Amino acid sequence: MPYNEPNPLEVRILSRRFGLPNSQSIDTYLAHDGYQALEKAAGMTQEEIINEVKISGLRGRGGAGFPTGMKWSFVPRQSPKPKYIVINSDEAEPGTCKDRLLVEYDPHQMIEGIIIAGLAVGAQQGYVYIRGEYRYLMDIVDRAIDEAYARGYLGDNILGRGIKFHLATHNGAGAYECGEESALLESLEGKRGFPRIKPPFFPAAIGLYGEPTVVNNVETMANIPWIVNNGGAAFAALGAGRSTGTRLFALAGHVRNPGNYELEMVKTTFRDLIYAPVLGGGIRGSNTLKAFIPGGVSAPWFAPEQVDLPLGQDEVGNAGSMLGSGSVVVMDSATCMVRAAWRITKFFSRESCGQCTPCREGSGWLERIMYRIENGDGREEDLDLLMDLCDNISPGVAWPPQQTTICVLGPSIPSSIASGIRMFRDEFLVHVKEGGCPFD
Amino acid sequence: MTFSPELEARFEKFLAKYPADRKRSAMIPMLMYAQDEIGSITDELVDEVARRVGVTPLQVNEVLTYYSMLHRKPLGKYHVQICTNISCLLLGGEELWNKATHKLGIGHKQVTADGRVSLEEVECIGACSWAPAIQVNFDFYHDVTMAQIEKLIDGLAAGKRPEEITELVKVNR
Repeated sequence: MPYNEPNPLEVRILSRRFGLPNSQSIDTYLAHDGYQALEKAAGMTQEEIINEVKISGLRGRGGAGFPTGMKWSFVPRQSPKPKYIVINSDEAEPGTCKDRLLVEYDPHQMIEGIIIAGLAVGAQQGYVYIRGEYRYLMDIVDRAIDEAYARGYLGDNILGRGIKFHLATHNGAGAYECGEESALLESLEGKRGFPRIKPPFFPAAIGLYGEPTVVNNVETMANIPWIVNNGGAAFAALGAGRSTGTRLFALAGHVRNPGNYELEMVKTTFRDLIYAPVLGGGIRGSNTLKAFIPGGVSAPWFAPEQVDLPLGQDEVGNAGSMLGSGSVVVMDSATCMVRAAWRITKFFSRESCGQCTPCREGSGWLERIMYRIENGDGREEDLDLLMDLCDNISPGVAWPPQQTTICVLGPSIPSSIASGIRMFRDEFLVHVKEGGCPFD
Repeated sequence: MTFSPELEARFEKFLAKYPADRKRSAMIPMLMYAQDEIGSITDELVDEVARRVGVTPLQVNEVLTYYSMLHRKPLGKYHVQICTNISCLLLGGEELWNKATHKLGIGHKQVTADGRVSLEEVECIGACSWAPAIQVNFDFYHDVTMAQIEKLIDGLAAGKRPEEITELVKVNR
């Protein structure tokens, strides 16, 4: 089973219906608070809904962590233009596999959130953009949408109150870049997934088809029904500071129990996630922790000394990385850090959309130099060359990175190489001196 | 160009999803599902989709060359996609990839001579907590072992369907 049994360290808001019989069906959803939040929201003003989301402190769960209520408030609600809600289910940041579960096991939770978002900003059409590889999720969401239409939760007269909102799925066709919101909109318009320049192309003003658009991640939307039902304050009571609520953390790599765990933010630490017997269960075999990636491969790595950091956006940000998409990849003492950094760089090189020179050219150069170090043809001066190239892609090689490209993919490329060289310089040098990988 | 009634019905649904003057949005979904039926994206299909969504064939070509899942040449009947990105790398994805390529004697995006099996080294497929993971066509297989990949490759090459290879069970329902 891709999800684990509930355990005492988890706080289950998003995943509380996982494991129910036929959890995908609208009948199961209705029997467990389903569409009650929509009934409630239909009796609220747009300002009241947006305000409740603002009070909740909910931040986007896709990676950037932008406050959701604020994002919604940017949409010109009084504008006569058509407005759109677009759901980003293009989950492709390596390490991340939580939206898949939210869609597979509780599609109506997301759909209810989308309809409420539509009410809040005055949109009458939504699209769920699902990555092409998740074909079976297309079928699940299509079925759920049909059920919602049949029961009057979608259509021209929702709840018999004259509310109009339509929803449809849209499939991607294999492109990491389309997870970037403006590239996703281009793709949804039937184009290559080239990110748009901001300004002026902020989706809230100029989004899908040039109209005001909200783009939210699946997990973000899945939180909305609970927030409306229980109030923003109840949500904000979970977590701490600017990291409120729970997150579905995806744990991967060298732990005994990889999996997706819904944990209260800030109140739980990386140590809990990685080592608690009911969560990660510790490092496999008799190995020890060497490093971990705290939030998808775009994020700089952390050392074992940082394992007591709380799972909070600011806490991780202040320590020089990001919580990103909430995916934690654990690497143990048997891991070759050159190989790990090389593979991540190869990924960026393959997935660069090619619009901006630093990303398109830089990723390829970095990948080739990393490859030659890993495979025994490296030179000592390659380390400086790598850092110089990283500096060209993102001046200063700091976090958060300086932007030299249209989207954030480019300046994220140096994360793994810079982390690797700073934390494991000797390991890189051993590759050069021994003319190959000591782990082979 | 003629398609099955099921695909025509799907096309009709796709075209109805978007505003009347935004039919271009249906292009990628139409190409994806038509490719499943035809086997690849042919010149004829490019022209047909272009006509139906109201763009030039050049515009369709420009788009389809961007996306890794849209193919101008036919793949194998069973397209085995093995992830070697970080989470899978850490748990043996590369070994699975090497085993599959050596057994079949084909490489990345290549097809066996009989057209039965093709291989692709894919980027993250969203199964990191169940690594190493693979997809055969659109089906997911999690926590794949070396013994399982051997059975899978041998079985597919010998003419079996994935359902008949009981050592692996797809996780999506």
